[in-house]
Amino acid sequence: MASILRFRKLCYVEQAVKCASVGFESFDQSPKIDQKLDKKEEEVISANNFALEIIKKRKQPRKQPKEWRRLDSCCWMIGYLCSTWWLLLFLYHSLPVTLLQVPESPGVRLKREGLAALHPVVLVPGIVTGGLELWEGQPCADGLFRKRLWGGSFTEIFKRPLCWLEHLSLHSETGLDPPGIRVRAVPGLVAADYFAPGYFVWAVLIENLAKIGYEGKNLHMAAYDWRLSFQNTEIRDHALSRLKSKIELMYLTNGYKKVAVVPHSMGVIYFLHFLKWVETPPPIGGGGGPGWCAKHIKAIMNIGPAFLGVPKAVSNIFSAEGKDIAYIRAMAPGLLDSKILGLQTLEHVMRVSRTWDSIVSLVPKGGETIWGNMDWSPEERHACDFSRKRHSQPSPIDNNVNNSDVKRGFRVKDPVQYGRIISFGKTASQLHSSQLPTIDSKEFLRTSASQNLNFSCGEAWTEYDEMSREGIQKVAANKAYTTQTLLDLLRFVAPKMMLRAEAHFSHGIADDLDNPKYNHYKYWSNPLEMKLPDAPDMEIYCLYGVGIPTERSYVYKLSPTSGCKSIPYQIDSSVNGEDGSCLKGGVYFADGDESVPVLSAGFMCAKGWRGRTRFNPSGIATYIREYRHKPPSSLLEGRGIESGAHVDIMGNVALIEDILRIASGATGKEIRGDRIYSDILRMSERINLRL
Amino acid sequence: MSAIRRRKPINESDKTSEASDSKPHKEKEEEQHGDDDGSDKDKKKIPSKIKKKHEEKQPKWSCLDSCCWFIGCICVTWWLLLFLYNAMPASFPQYVTEAITGPLPDPPGVKLKKEGLKAKHPVVFVPGIVTGGLELWEGRKCAEGLFRKRFWGGTFGEVYKRPLCWVEHMSLDNETGLDPCGIRVRPVSGLVAADYFAPGYFVWAVLIANLARIGYEEKTMYMAAYDWRLSFQNTEARDQTLSRIKSNIELIVATNGGKKAVVIPHSMGVLYFLHFMKWVEAPAPMGGGGGPDWCSKHIKAVVNIGGPFLGVPKAIAGLFSAEAKDIAVVRAIAPGFLDNDIFQLQTLQHVMRMSRSWDSTMSMIPRGGDTIWGGLDWSPEEGYSCAKKRERKNDTQIAEEAGVESAVSQTRSAKYGRIISFGKDVAEAPSSDVERIDFRDAVKGHSAANTTCRDVWTEYHDMGFGGINAVAEYKTYTAESIVDLLHFVAPKMMARGTAHFSYGIADNLDDPKYKHYKYWSNPLETKLPNAPEMEIFSLYGVGLPTERAYIYKLSPAAECYIPFQIDTSADDEETCLKDGVYSVDGDETVPVLSAGFMCAKGWRGKTRFNPSGIRTYIREYSHSPPANLLEGRGTLSGAHVDIMGNFALIEDVIRVAAGASGEELGGDQVYSNIFNWSEKIDLQL
Repeated sequence: MASILRFRKLCYVEQAVKCASVGFESFDQSPKIDQKLDKKEEEVISANNFALEIIKKRKQPRKQPKEWRRLDSCCWMIGYLCSTWWLLLFLYHSLPVTLLQVPESPGVRLKREGLAALHPVVLVPGIVTGGLELWEGQPCADGLFRKRLWGGSFTEIFKRPLCWLEHLSLHSETGLDPPGIRVRAVPGLVAADYFAPGYFVWAVLIENLAKIGYEGKNLHMAAYDWRLSFQNTEIRDHALSRLKSKIELMYLTNGYKKVAVVPHSMGVIYFLHFLKWVETPPPIGGGGGPGWCAKHIKAIMNIGPAFLGVPKAVSNIFSAEGKDIAYIRAMAPGLLDSKILGLQTLEHVMRVSRTWDSIVSLVPKGGETIWGNMDWSPEERHACDFSRKRHSQPSPIDNNVNNSDVKRGFRVKDPVQYGRIISFGKTASQLHSSQLPTIDSKEFLRTSASQNLNFSCGEAWTEYDEMSREGIQKVAANKAYTTQTLLDLLRFVAPKMMLRAEAHFSHGIADDLDNPKYNHYKYWSNPLEMKLPDAPDMEIYCLYGVGIPTERSYVYKLSPTSGCKSIPYQIDSSVNGEDGSCLKGGVYFADGDESVPVLSAGFMCAKGWRGRTRFNPSGIATYIREYRHKPPSSLLEGRGIESGAHVDIMGNVALIEDILRIASGATGKEIRGDRIYSDILRMSERINLRL
Repeated sequence: MSAIRRRKPINESDKTSEASDSKPHKEKEEEQHGDDDGSDKDKKKIPSKIKKKHEEKQPKWSCLDSCCWFIGCICVTWWLLLFLYNAMPASFPQYVTEAITGPLPDPPGVKLKKEGLKAKHPVVFVPGIVTGGLELWEGRKCAEGLFRKRFWGGTFGEVYKRPLCWVEHMSLDNETGLDPCGIRVRPVSGLVAADYFAPGYFVWAVLIANLARIGYEEKTMYMAAYDWRLSFQNTEARDQTLSRIKSNIELIVATNGGKKAVVIPHSMGVLYFLHFMKWVEAPAPMGGGGGPDWCSKHIKAVVNIGGPFLGVPKAIAGLFSAEAKDIAVVRAIAPGFLDNDIFQLQTLQHVMRMSRSWDSTMSMIPRGGDTIWGGLDWSPEEGYSCAKKRERKNDTQIAEEAGVESAVSQTRSAKYGRIISFGKDVAEAPSSDVERIDFRDAVKGHSAANTTCRDVWTEYHDMGFGGINAVAEYKTYTAESIVDLLHFVAPKMMARGTAHFSYGIADNLDDPKYKHYKYWSNPLETKLPNAPEMEIFSLYGVGLPTERAYIYKLSPAAECYIPFQIDTSADDEETCLKDGVYSVDGDETVPVLSAGFMCAKGWRGKTRFNPSGIRTYIREYSHSPPANLLEGRGTLSGAHVDIMGNFALIEDVIRVAAGASGEELGGDQVYSNIFNWSEKIDLQL
């Protein structure tokens, strides 16, 4: 195939050259020469020598076509490509499936071991991975009824971007539908099996579950509208009631077998919310009574749990720059930079994503106690020689704690101040706190009250447009923010959003969990302000990937062009640390799964809920299962079967095996309890939280 | 792309070029086409030779080049058109349609929204047979890579790619009527299960879209998808489908402030939902344990669309000789498919083997026997004339004329009671002239067909010639003897079927035997639930010729073949006989009698089948075909599936969903002779 193609190309290059020459028609060729040529050519063919032939042709002047123009060559080229493409496609389709030897999936292996479907399984998808479809729209979205706006092929972004953004936004005051627009979650397994064609989320896990006997009646996807705050999914769509009824039904129809729940990412805190909601009496809760969870739930297997929030959410809200929390960037990398939306893509993204309450649920919780203050952080002595060494020597170490001890031998000299989640300028991120100017963050609130609205920008797009110059400067003057002061900062820069969202989410630590105020639903999704239900037989697993640098804190700067309708802050991507430092492109990295730092994913299971604590009064057993990231060894593997990345981990063979075993009846002890590679236990020890 | 289409323009392009020699061209083309389909090994060698030869004869414009050029042209035009199509504003086709046909009426949803209607009662859809999608959850080797892909519905790509594999996966186990070993095909769930049957062929989509206009969405609509191949009770035994429906209706009613649900079953879904209503109130081991007032608590109205309450004659032809005109849309999807015999002359047997493993088809065998469907010399539809129907089509005031017309006595009329007759003469002769030899005691001959007919197995091969002749000797069958006939020709299937369905009329409904689930889907052997506030609607199309009785003959090639086939040579204008099929008024699949009788008489008022006096309403929709191609399948259609896009029907459904009662809709709306026919049926009420 390739040789033909090359040969063709040569011929036409040659011809084109000849066409260009002016005097070629003066060579009037006689048919005799033609015949001679014929014979010669045939000889050449028998010799199968292409090159020689071409040389000869060059020597022999010949009659040239007049009609072979550029347009024709274009058509020819396209035709050629198409035919080749079709041929390959045809061959690919007629290829027997077995030719591509796929490694045996864990489902098949475990089936041979004798595992069979036992406990019904409920999957709870996370943020952005669930599909959304249109039920009612503005005229610009004509013909898109029940078509996917989010998930799938995203063709609408390119066709009518502004219309698309308008429909995905929520009402900026209520956090619910804007008038005349109804965008709803896609129900069923299709909601999040593939995010985009070929980009699996749950599909691999579903397929493996099916191998041991799962099907529609004992496998359910609890799809919800991930843009809404958790309580609003119940108010608008009855999503929590539906989930409750589904779990009850599956429990009944599967011979009174308890349900195993598998939430992912934000789904983890959504399900925490559900746990509290379902046992709370009716007006605000589901009225399931105090024993509901103990009766219906066997285990919660949290994948990549964002229990204590993710720093990414901060940068996303602050400057719409969260590296990839909303896959928007991953899908359309050029989209944001080429500014086809009239130079304001980021502003548009910010405007839309700030109407989504759910993002606020991911702002780091627990304040300085958990995430560290100006001079201290639990990950402080973390070595940043990320993973590269680990990959080259994948030694099967069961007890990894020793290993990380060794590594701490060659740690970086100056400890990273992870506690300062946002700092303005590199120096501010490294200086000792005594050298930093101290401005009480409460001062913002006073400033914002006296801000003079700048209406010269016309319609205010983002809330930054309503901020005064002085306000913006003042934010930058404060130099460094910890998770505690960060909340004040967000309240200052995005007052409306925080006002809306803080009615639904809380980010503190409870002093006294018996205080009746904690019966309010805004505390239900914060593991530090809620008690786990009374279900001593339940098990909670934290399954997450480690070994990938994960965003932990940011170095910001003021944007150079801070005119109208622009975001005044941006990550200072020019800031880089020396080799082996955790600072890269203005972001300090820590260990994690690329989205969620180990601290957020593991702390509750490692310490907060371990044993009988005030957060876990009934002593629900917790297990930590970490999966070390290993990039795919070849392209054929796609996204890898040993990945530890936030979403790709759903295709991790070891993780799938664990889930299958638990779903088919194993307990945490039977899959050999904890499996830890990171420093999570040490980090947790350093956190001084009353239990 | 076909070779023919490609060749023509090439020659044209050759003509335009200075190359005059066209003969070698053609040869080259032949070779070239061979290459296209061949493996790429050949492609490597041969084309290079051809090319070289060409290179020196006409160095500038070889055949391959022309081909490529041509394909290139087509691709470019295609892309251009595609681009234009995509860039076109969405309202453009509508604009064109309006320019040609004048302004379109508003879709009912928009119209009623303007009237101020709003979503009120939650809506439950129950799809019928064949329209629901099925997907693969576990399969044999040959179906690798099809996990959770649609096996039924959608594009049916697998039918063409691996037909035998497909048939194997679609069949159920011959004895249990459940999954064969190692295969799990399950219904698709959610609204996608039956919104479109195939791309562009809507089933529920239009209704869903119109309901959405007045505010319905996922939380207020529920598609009760079930595996339509199983018998009704087996959907519960295998998938717990009935429990799911119960739980979902309870949920949907609870989350919508206690407003009762409006249930909209279509086709076989009507029977399925009848079964459900009995199941849900029956006590726990066999039923759902919902208690005796579950229906009255949860259901506002049952809006049956095209309901085959008393079965359809089509089902008989389907079971008897796999020739049902389109009951299993198999033929509709692939019209050439069955006749081409790409399965090596055995397509029909494969279809028969597959569909005989589906218990659900037996739920549609005509019920009520001779009392309902007529005896040898009598039938309720007697006097119906097809010629009249032609005229009717354009007539708008049918209802008034109907009475007058029926008074005009017909000299000769079809004897619809004889559902199957062997030979046209038998179908028409008075019963006294028909000599019948009872087949029931006939000894089935032994046949060695099993070994010679490869693995294609239908029960006919167990019958032998003796049995086959005995069947033909009985000459003619009425609805009652049909059931015996099926027992005779397909004992295994019917053994399975009679465990789940029953076709009789109950003498005493209080007999405890009627507590068994096999009677639940037969309206003549069940009592409606005790729910006096519920309403039952029967919505169906009329004005289309619908299969009612058949003329059969013995097939010429008997061995390894289905021994009976419809005698398509029999025609008679006057008695509605066409291609061996007597037709009667209906919606192309369900005769009016089956769709309307229960609501017109069986359940009207307080009867023994309807002890609590649930109100019933009949809404008929007279069929008128789409005026032009642009209308697609029409907004005034009365055909069995197309009626789901009928604007008048949609309007009625939306009004009911938004809270209207049957009286507010205007009560009955009747175009056919259903009341006359019902009167003729002598059924104790």
